[in-house]
Amino acid sequence: MSHSIKTLAVASSLAAALTAHFAAPAAAQEKEKCFGVALAKQNDCAAGPGTTCAGTSKVDYQGNAWKLVPAGTCTTMELPDGRMGSLEALDRDLPQG
Amino acid sequence: MLDRAAENILPPKPGVGYKPQHFSNILADPDPVSWLEIHAENYMGDGGRPLAQLRHLAERFPVSVHGVGLSIGGEGPLDRDHLDRLRNLVSWLDPASFSEHLAWSTHDAEFLNDLLPLPYTERTLARVVSHIDQVQETLGRRMLLENPSVYVEFAQSSLDEIAFLTEIARRTGCGLLLDVNNVYVSCVNRRQDPQDYIRRFPHALVGEIHLGGHDEDRDDTGQPLLIDAHGSEVVDPVWQLYARTIDFGGAKPTLIEWDNDVPDWPILAAEAARAAGILAPVIPAGAPA
Amino acid sequence: MNQSDFRAALLDPDLPVPTGVTDPEGRPAPRRFNVYRNNVTASLTEALRQAFPVVRALVGEEFFTAMAQVHLRAYPPRSPLLMFYGEDMPQFLRDFAPVSHLGYLPDVARLELCLRRAYHAADAAPVAVDVLQALPPDRLMAARLVLAPAVRLLRSDWPVHAIWAANTRAAPPPREMRGEDVLVARPAYDPLPIVLPEGAGAFVDALAKGETLAEAIDISPEFDLTATLGILLSANAITRIQEEAAP
Repeated sequence: MSHSIKTLAVASSLAAALTAHFAAPAAAQEKEKCFGVALAKQNDCAAGPGTTCAGTSKVDYQGNAWKLVPAGTCTTMELPDGRMGSLEALDRDLPQG
Repeated sequence: MLDRAAENILPPKPGVGYKPQHFSNILADPDPVSWLEIHAENYMGDGGRPLAQLRHLAERFPVSVHGVGLSIGGEGPLDRDHLDRLRNLVSWLDPASFSEHLAWSTHDAEFLNDLLPLPYTERTLARVVSHIDQVQETLGRRMLLENPSVYVEFAQSSLDEIAFLTEIARRTGCGLLLDVNNVYVSCVNRRQDPQDYIRRFPHALVGEIHLGGHDEDRDDTGQPLLIDAHGSEVVDPVWQLYARTIDFGGAKPTLIEWDNDVPDWPILAAEAARAAGILAPVIPAGAPA
Repeated sequence: MNQSDFRAALLDPDLPVPTGVTDPEGRPAPRRFNVYRNNVTASLTEALRQAFPVVRALVGEEFFTAMAQVHLRAYPPRSPLLMFYGEDMPQFLRDFAPVSHLGYLPDVARLELCLRRAYHAADAAPVAVDVLQALPPDRLMAARLVLAPAVRLLRSDWPVHAIWAANTRAAPPPREMRGEDVLVARPAYDPLPIVLPEGAGAFVDALAKGETLAEAIDISPEFDLTATLGILLSANAITRIQEEAAP
């Protein structure tokens, strides 16, 4: 594609994108946009769970004592080709990168 | 520049710790809440909704900035980057007050996210004083220092907490933030008398009062150990201690802190109303409305 | 007691309570010291739970909580800004043997980090449409499209957006095994991840690096420019057109 043809193609792409952009609904009002909660844990000055065991349980990962296995949605997602099972199958279908 | 509707001081009335879920309640009907406190660290991003909300609120209410990450009681130097972020926030927001804790939370550049205790000695006193000097110099304003909730004692402590705080204020010119719940929690945990603590406290230095809920636990000997959990209503003995505090020191800006299991607005407003009921009779006539 | 000993014992329950930490009667007080251990561990675990809701959904609550406790000991926060805690999670997930079979997890964590960074990024007004319309095509080609501070590009070998969507908005699981290039932008105050058309990742990457529009198109494999510009415009991802030479 010659330079000038490419330039024209880009210009028409932009024109088409701008047309679609105009058709989109207007953005929310400034004040409405202010509503909504935080996306992560906030800093605060509260203390935690007292003398319970959250911070004192042994975390023996190095000693091969780790018994847990992932047990969330990773084990139940339906795969695209109809197989039921883990998304971990993706490992076999994708190049590592 | 902020276009403020209210006078930029904390009035001797109830305020609450601001939580984003209460944004619309506060704008619709803040009564009886007259001012808001934010945790500095949550407003140190570059933009977005947190800062938009804060600008919006700061034009309508006096705001107190309460730091939780400066580690003023740390053995090492203060985190320069964090101090710069704080200076930036205080500079554009120009809050009615800035306060921090008598505690440490950073060690060797690791932030441990808790208000950790320090022994009260001449050495730790000198270190805290130099850190507060640095903070006040950097921010160009006086700060308030808050008494901590503590769960342990240190064998090397040689100074009483009130003497420690009073001497810090004398050497640095800082004021004090008196957390009445922390007084109650620490006194129970240390087997001291909270009434006596309040009686001995230098009330003239107090620029702000905190109230919050605590949890009850047990120590190694099965004795009560209170935890400063900020997840429930202020208990009756703390309200009584608060009333004594107001008797001694007069009406002061009083914050309700509720950080965990944050309730719906009416419950928080009811706590503020209870504080207002104790403050109202003592506010001198002619004080700012 | 010094703070090094205190800190070491905080994050290692096998270490004894630091010397000189006692109850009011001067007796050893491990339960009292454990209050601090619990505060640190529980609050940082909670920070990671809230920071990575999709990673958490994928591996389950119990596993995530246990994993978070390994993570926070290996990578305690290096900044008091809790809202950014977890920058090391992708690397941690790559190294953590019990999830080594879930190759996509590190990229899911990267996407969640991008969303949080975008949430707190500086505000910027989008480019005015008439500025774009008024620009002659040859000047447009030589110009740089400056992206908003909130914009992030995540190029993944995994269908990372589809996995994210399936765990946040009841979308169906990935339909294809292909990788995805995801644009994270912030049209107003809520960050939005959008899958880019195939090939457009290289184009947006080039724009982000300050290439001109012509250079960015040249560098990229064939892709749908109209759709890509439409995404950038509708997400308020372009803040201005820079015509002068790059600094």
